[in-house]
Amino acid sequence: MLSTLFSFFYQFGDAFAFLVIASMGLAIIFGMMGVINLAHGEFIMCGAYTTVSFAQLGLPLPIAIIGGAMVAGLIGMALEVTIIRHLYNRPLDSIVATWGMSMIATQGVLIVLGSTMQGVGTPLGSFVVGGYSYSTYRVVLMVIAVLLLVGLYLLFYHTRAGVIARATIQLPRMARATGVDTGRVYTLTFGLGAALAGLAGGLYAPTMTLVPTMGTTFMVESFVTVVIGGGDIFLGAAPAAAILAVIRSGMTAWQGQLFGQIGLLITVIIVIRVLPGGLSGWILGGRK
Amino acid sequence: MSGQDGNSDLGLGPSLIDAAPRQQRNTLALWVSRLEGPQTMGRGRGFWFSFLAAVLAAAIYPMFVDGWTVGNTAYFLVWTFMAMGLGVIWGYAGSLSFGQTAFFGLAGYGYGVLTLNFGAAYGFTVLALVLSVGLAALLAVVLGYFMFYGRVQGVFIGIVTLSVTLVFQAFMAQTAGPEWAIGSARLNGFNGMSGMPPLTIPWPGGDVPLYADIALYYVLLALVLLVYLGLRMLLNAPFGNVLVAIRENPERAEMLGYDVRRYQLLGFVLGGALAGLSGVLYTAWGQYITPSSMGITAAALPVIWVAFGGRKDVTATLIGTLVMIFLYQWLTIYGSQYAIVVMGVILVLTVLFAPEGIVLSLMRGLSARLKPAGARQ
Repeated sequence: MLSTLFSFFYQFGDAFAFLVIASMGLAIIFGMMGVINLAHGEFIMCGAYTTVSFAQLGLPLPIAIIGGAMVAGLIGMALEVTIIRHLYNRPLDSIVATWGMSMIATQGVLIVLGSTMQGVGTPLGSFVVGGYSYSTYRVVLMVIAVLLLVGLYLLFYHTRAGVIARATIQLPRMARATGVDTGRVYTLTFGLGAALAGLAGGLYAPTMTLVPTMGTTFMVESFVTVVIGGGDIFLGAAPAAAILAVIRSGMTAWQGQLFGQIGLLITVIIVIRVLPGGLSGWILGGRK
Repeated sequence: MSGQDGNSDLGLGPSLIDAAPRQQRNTLALWVSRLEGPQTMGRGRGFWFSFLAAVLAAAIYPMFVDGWTVGNTAYFLVWTFMAMGLGVIWGYAGSLSFGQTAFFGLAGYGYGVLTLNFGAAYGFTVLALVLSVGLAALLAVVLGYFMFYGRVQGVFIGIVTLSVTLVFQAFMAQTAGPEWAIGSARLNGFNGMSGMPPLTIPWPGGDVPLYADIALYYVLLALVLLVYLGLRMLLNAPFGNVLVAIRENPERAEMLGYDVRRYQLLGFVLGGALAGLSGVLYTAWGQYITPSSMGITAAALPVIWVAFGGRKDVTATLIGTLVMIFLYQWLTIYGSQYAIVVMGVILVLTVLFAPEGIVLSLMRGLSARLKPAGARQ
C-alpha cells in the first residue's frame, strides 16, 4: 500500500518536475514580453549539447549543467539584440521569427554535429522502495524544480531587479519615465528565459538521447503548461504544472507516454474554452 | 486599400447596401463583380490580361516538357491550397495557425483509409476526396469552436494548433503494429501508408486514373484557378470584408454587430478544409503519406511560403508559395541539408525587412509605378 502510494507520488513528482523545468524559460519570456519563443526547444537542445560537451571535457556534471545554461542564455541575449528587439510591436511576427531561428538551429546542428551525440549516463544510481527501483537523479530533479520556483519567486518579488522587471511588464512607459532602461530589461529577461531553457536541457541531458530534434520533445508539454497557466509564472505556470502532472502521470501510467501527451492536449483545448485567460487570469480575475 | 468601388462603400457592413442595390442586378453578376474589390490586389484590364497570359502559359506548358516534369509541376500546385487557406486565416482573419498540417495529414490519411478499403471504382476516389476534406473541416470546426468561442488570443491559437499537429504526428508514428488498422488499411507507423489508388475520374468506356502526369496537372490547374477565383470573390464579398474588419479591430467589428467568433471560426474552417484538400491531393499524387507530413518542419513550411509571399493578398500568397516550393525543391536537389537552413533564414529576413511579404511588396511597388497610367478609378 505504502509502496503504491510512493510510486504514485514519484510519478507525479517526476511529471511535475519535467513540466516546471521544461516550461519556466518559455513562461518567463511569454509572461514578460508576450512572445512565445518557438526556439525554446532549441535553447534546451543547446543547453543539453553544451552540458554534455563540458562533461566530456572532464568538468563535474553540476558545473557542466550551469555552463550549458549560461551558454544558452548568452546566445539568447545575442539573438534578442539582433532580431527579437526589432519585433516587439508585432507579437505574431516575433513568434514567426523565433520559428525561423529554431529551424536554422536544428538543421545547423544536424549538419555540423551529425544526427546524434554521445551522451552521459544518468548519475546517482537508484534506490528501491517496495520491490520497485527508482532513479535517485529524478528525485534530485524534483527538488531542483521546487528550488527553481522558490528562487524565481525571490528574484522577482524580493530583489530590486525583480521590482524593475515587474514594473516593466505592468507599465513599460511609466517604467521608462522613471528611468528604467526597458530595452535592457527585455534583453536580460530573454537571456534569463533562454538560460532556464538551457538549464532544462542540461538537467535532462543525462536522461535522454542527444539528437538535434530533441527540443521538439519538450515543446508540447511546455506549450501546454504556459497556455493553461497564462501570463503569471507563480499563479499560473506552477499550479498548471501541478494539475497537468496529475493528468500526465495518470494517463501515462494507464496507457503510456503518448497518451499522457494526448491527455494534456485535450485538457488544454477544454481549458481554453472555459478559462481563456489561463489559470492566472482566472485567479487574478477572481481576486478583483 | 479602402473600398473605392461602388460595391462596398465602407469596406465593411455592406449588408444594407446589398439589400437595396442601386440598379437591379442578378446574383451571378454581383459575384463576378467581386472578382475585383478592396480586399484583393489587381484590377482593370492590365491585371486580367496578365492573368489570362499566365493561365495560357500554364496551359500550354506541358507541350514543351516531358511527362515527369509536368507531374513534378503538378506537385507544386498540390500545396497551393493549404497556403491560400493559411492566407485566409492569418492574413485576412488575423489569427495565425501553426498547425495547418494537422488538417493536411488527417485528410491525407482519411483518403488513404477510404480508398484502400473501398477501391477506386465508380468514381469513389472523388467521393473519398470530398469526405476527407469534410473530415478536415470537421476537425477545424471542433478545434475552432473551443479556441474562438473561448476567445483565445492570436498567440495561443498558434500554439494550440501546433501542439495538435505534433501530437497527431507522434500518434501516427507509433501505429506500426498490426493492431493499428482501419478496415483493410494498415496505418504503418512511421513509414506511413502507401499503395492507395490515385484520383480516378469515372468515364464511360473505362475510368481515367490520374497518375502524376499531364492529366493530373490539368485537373490541379483547374482546381487552383477555381479556388483562387472563388477566394477572390468570397474575400471581396461581405464575408471577406468582415474578416478584414476583425483583423483590423475586433472590438469595433463586434460593436458593429458582427459575431466575431463565428466569422473567425468560418475562416478557420475554410482554411482547414483547403489544407485538407492539399492533403488529399498530395496523398493521391504520390500515393503515400507519412506522419512526418505533420511534423514541425512540415508545419513551418506553409508559414514560410505565406510570410514570403504576403499573407494579406491571395494573389501574393499564391505566387510566393509557388516560388518558394520551387526554390525549396531546387535547394533539396543541389544542397539537400542546407535547404531547411535557407528556408529559416528567408523566414527571419522576411519578417525583419519585408513584414508584409516580399511578393506583396513587389506587387505594391509595381502597381504604384503603373498608377500614373490611369489605373485609379
